[in-house]
Amino acid sequence: MPDHTGPPRTAPSPLAPPSPPSPPATPAPPEPAAGPSVLYPEPPPVADRGSASAPACFGDLNLDQVITAITAGRDAYGLRPFFHAPLTDVDAVAFRHEVFLDLEDEPLRTALEAFARTLRHMREHLEQAGTLRDVHQQRRLHLDAAHGYCAGVTRLAAALRANAPRSRGLRLIARYLAALVASSAFDALQAEAARLVRELDDLSYLMTFTADRVSVALVEDQADQDAAVARTFARFGPPPREQRAKRPVSLAMDRIEAAILARVTLLYPELFAALEAFRERYAEFLDPTVAAFDREAQFYLAYREYMQGFERAGLGFCYPTVSATDKTLEVVGAFDPALARSLLVDDARPVCNDVALRGEERIFVVTGANQGGKTTFARLFGQLHFLAALGCPVPARTATLFLTDQVLTHFEQEEDARALRGKLQDELLRVRALLERASGRSVVIMNEAFSSTTTDDALLLSRKVLERLLALGVLGVWVTFIDELAAQGDAIVSLVALVDPDDPTRRTFELARRPADGRAHAVAIARAHQLTYEELRRVLGA
Amino acid sequence: MHPERDFVLDGPLPAGAEATFRDLELRTLVAAMAAGDGFVAEVARRALLDPLKDPAAIEHRQAVLRDGLANPEVVRALYDLAGATIERPKRSSWGSLRDNPGYGVRHSREVLRIFVEAFRELRRLAEREAERFESAGFNTFFDLVQRELTDAYLAEIEAHLHELAFRDGVVVSARLGPGNKAIDRVLRAPRARAGSAWTRLGRRLQQRFARVDAELTFELPPREEKLARALADERDRGLERVAAVLAGAIEHILAFFQALRAETAFYLGCLHLAGRLDALGAPRCMPEPRPSHEGLRAGAGLYDPCLALNAGRPAVGNDLAADDVALVIITGANQGGKTTFVRSVGLAQLLLQAGLFVAARSYRASVAPTIFTHFRREEDATMRRGKLDEELARMRAIVAHLRPGSLLLLNESFAATNEREGSEIARQIVRALTEVGVRVFFVTHLDDFARSHYQSSGDQGSGDGVRFLRAQRERDGTRTFELIEAPPERTSHGEDLYRAIFAADAAAPEA
Repeated sequence: MPDHTGPPRTAPSPLAPPSPPSPPATPAPPEPAAGPSVLYPEPPPVADRGSASAPACFGDLNLDQVITAITAGRDAYGLRPFFHAPLTDVDAVAFRHEVFLDLEDEPLRTALEAFARTLRHMREHLEQAGTLRDVHQQRRLHLDAAHGYCAGVTRLAAALRANAPRSRGLRLIARYLAALVASSAFDALQAEAARLVRELDDLSYLMTFTADRVSVALVEDQADQDAAVARTFARFGPPPREQRAKRPVSLAMDRIEAAILARVTLLYPELFAALEAFRERYAEFLDPTVAAFDREAQFYLAYREYMQGFERAGLGFCYPTVSATDKTLEVVGAFDPALARSLLVDDARPVCNDVALRGEERIFVVTGANQGGKTTFARLFGQLHFLAALGCPVPARTATLFLTDQVLTHFEQEEDARALRGKLQDELLRVRALLERASGRSVVIMNEAFSSTTTDDALLLSRKVLERLLALGVLGVWVTFIDELAAQGDAIVSLVALVDPDDPTRRTFELARRPADGRAHAVAIARAHQLTYEELRRVLGA
Repeated sequence: MHPERDFVLDGPLPAGAEATFRDLELRTLVAAMAAGDGFVAEVARRALLDPLKDPAAIEHRQAVLRDGLANPEVVRALYDLAGATIERPKRSSWGSLRDNPGYGVRHSREVLRIFVEAFRELRRLAEREAERFESAGFNTFFDLVQRELTDAYLAEIEAHLHELAFRDGVVVSARLGPGNKAIDRVLRAPRARAGSAWTRLGRRLQQRFARVDAELTFELPPREEKLARALADERDRGLERVAAVLAGAIEHILAFFQALRAETAFYLGCLHLAGRLDALGAPRCMPEPRPSHEGLRAGAGLYDPCLALNAGRPAVGNDLAADDVALVIITGANQGGKTTFVRSVGLAQLLLQAGLFVAARSYRASVAPTIFTHFRREEDATMRRGKLDEELARMRAIVAHLRPGSLLLLNESFAATNEREGSEIARQIVRALTEVGVRVFFVTHLDDFARSHYQSSGDQGSGDGVRFLRAQRERDGTRTFELIEAPPERTSHGEDLYRAIFAADAAAPEA
């Protein structure tokens, strides 16, 4: 459709068919960059950087819930693969601990969070630019993105210089950013972006609407009629509070707005020519290392935020002492974060457990009351090792842990319709696969294995598997109803889930090192029904 | 209505207001005040149920009321003017005011023209009548009207309304925000301010030049409905602020007229009630409000105005002398005027604390921080076992709001159980309340309760701040409705009845 007044040649007609949208300016994909990484001291092979699919143990250990909670609200960063890839090297763990420690420093953490916000806005601007048709709008969003990016990088570089991080990871980034900011290319980008933003912010224009036309002009000193009217009516009471500038949901403009904007560009031809040139010249302004750092830093920030949810409730995390050679385990005040999180919703606290494996001790055999915290303990054991291997703080007051190569789990599968023999066979196949994967550095969690067969069978099979695990030297937990398993030699530690002696219906969720003793459990149930000897004597009249 | 603040028509009523309304049969009183006007009824109801607590505030209202009683036609004129002004713009839809600024401005101009007209009339009325009024309330109001609503000011408003017709088009300045979308739109005067002759000339040339500068103008192609709408929308966005300012001003002015209407409605209601009582020949008097701590409550010829209004003739009055009396126990024959009496006490208190005249020949009372009624609920017979429960729960709710000096009217309370238990409950409650300074009027058949108080209060029944009143029946059975100061009589009808019915039954269990 023709524009009657014929816009000038210099400006594309807002009413002409839209020009093909310029290539969407999306942020550089978070590919491993040439620059330093804040996650690894040495860039590991891409295969070891974690895959999108979670390790098999995640479901059994409720680690899927944990990682979902950690990464909540950060989907854009694609953080999950980081949490799927345990480290195999004690130094790599130390590398991450250093960064976590640095982030305990308020100014550094604030600087990183601010940087993340800046880049998030940058991405929003670029995404919006991709959705808009009007070139003047696209250019402006691109400019604002570049402007915000420059400011963010400059501020982060300054913060890193001022706060002198101690971690190798942040020191490498600090050095990289210092060089980037000092480069003439960055300087030119920043200066030009700042100039254009300032001039665009400062300009104003006048629109005159009549029934069938709108014309645009420079503002002279036309009186503010809004203010004049407000002054007159102020006598009756304060004017309505300025509605908080309703942020337009979309920046999209209709054809009239576009027509006006096209004419505004004619009022300021040089400025808008410069804006166009900026778009051409700095089409790809985002540094890939900066982009990668933005993503990787989220690993730490996300985990920190997750920890804070517990710390506010008095449940602390600690930096575990990690060894790749010494299998001693010393954990004090450990809790299952997945369970704790659901308890905290109801203002309840989880019970914290102390756990230790010393000398030749390798495997806990856990027996005792149902719902007494046995499975929770098994999960906790696996979680501690996995989180420690991620280089993260662990949910405990203090912890010394072995750096495991993998956590393998064997949990009872959901009931299915298969015949018992089929089920047992299936279970044995799974156990065999587990044993094939396990190494001397693995952590193995067995939960109610072979419960589908007779006790004699279960005892026999369990003993066989346990012997294999002991031979491998794995660390592990075996939750079972078979008391006899708990007495299998020095490498076995027997734990018993307790009930409250005063109120046998209440589980304590505490586990005690003691020989397995099925009767303790039976007595508790009897007392709950007032059928102990003493109770019966009293009820019957002594 | 208040020396300091506006009378508020919405918002919660004090606790127990509904019960008080029912127990004291305020409906009759309110109907007499309303004289068929629903709005007056609502205002009257609210004024009666939301008592003033400060004698000065009561006197302020009494003074205004005296002015009103002397100039009824002015009260009526103010009420009518306020009502008509509020009702007139209502025909347009208020709802869409905010949605469309262009429509909003047009609509607001119409409404404001109505308001300006009403302001002129109000000022003329003030100029004409102000001298005949003496009360601070009316004087403040008339002064305000004459001071604020001058011709010059009203002309200023009209000038704005004229400009907001936009005969030269809508002129809006703006800046570029995120994505180069327009922000900070400001409505501008259509022409630049007059400067020197030279700059004026220069601008005119510029303007003319700009007009022909086709490049800077976008003209709607014909028959482009959608585009025309978009153009109007963009223009209207420039009107958002002024539309909001006008809507805000309308809200304020409307609130002014609503307040005027509510306040005059109250006094109009008072005029109606005075007219009804005067026509019956029933006495009324302007009571004397006293501070709460003085503990005074006395009057002559106190009657229940609702009874008089319903009966269409003056009601029997009682004198009340309850200064420094913490507890008045009213006993005696059924239908002998006990409930009527306790109602007349409650109504007098509410009328006094609403700033109204009182149904009595003379009355003087301390204001009560709160006023509560606890009457037996006849209609709660559905759940017999829950009845005492219900009563006690209601009592518990009331207790939370009682303060020293509060007035509590009990009518057959705690009778939902046997007499001994009821008496014990009553004793404990009443004792606790009177000790903290709550003033209690208690109509009761609980002999045990009444007599135990009488025995412990000395021979005359007047010690300890306790008074005993008794409804009586003449020997021939006729009722006088007058209460006399007299000790509670032992009534043994119940026991007799029991004997009469169970005499033959030797195995009858003791109740």
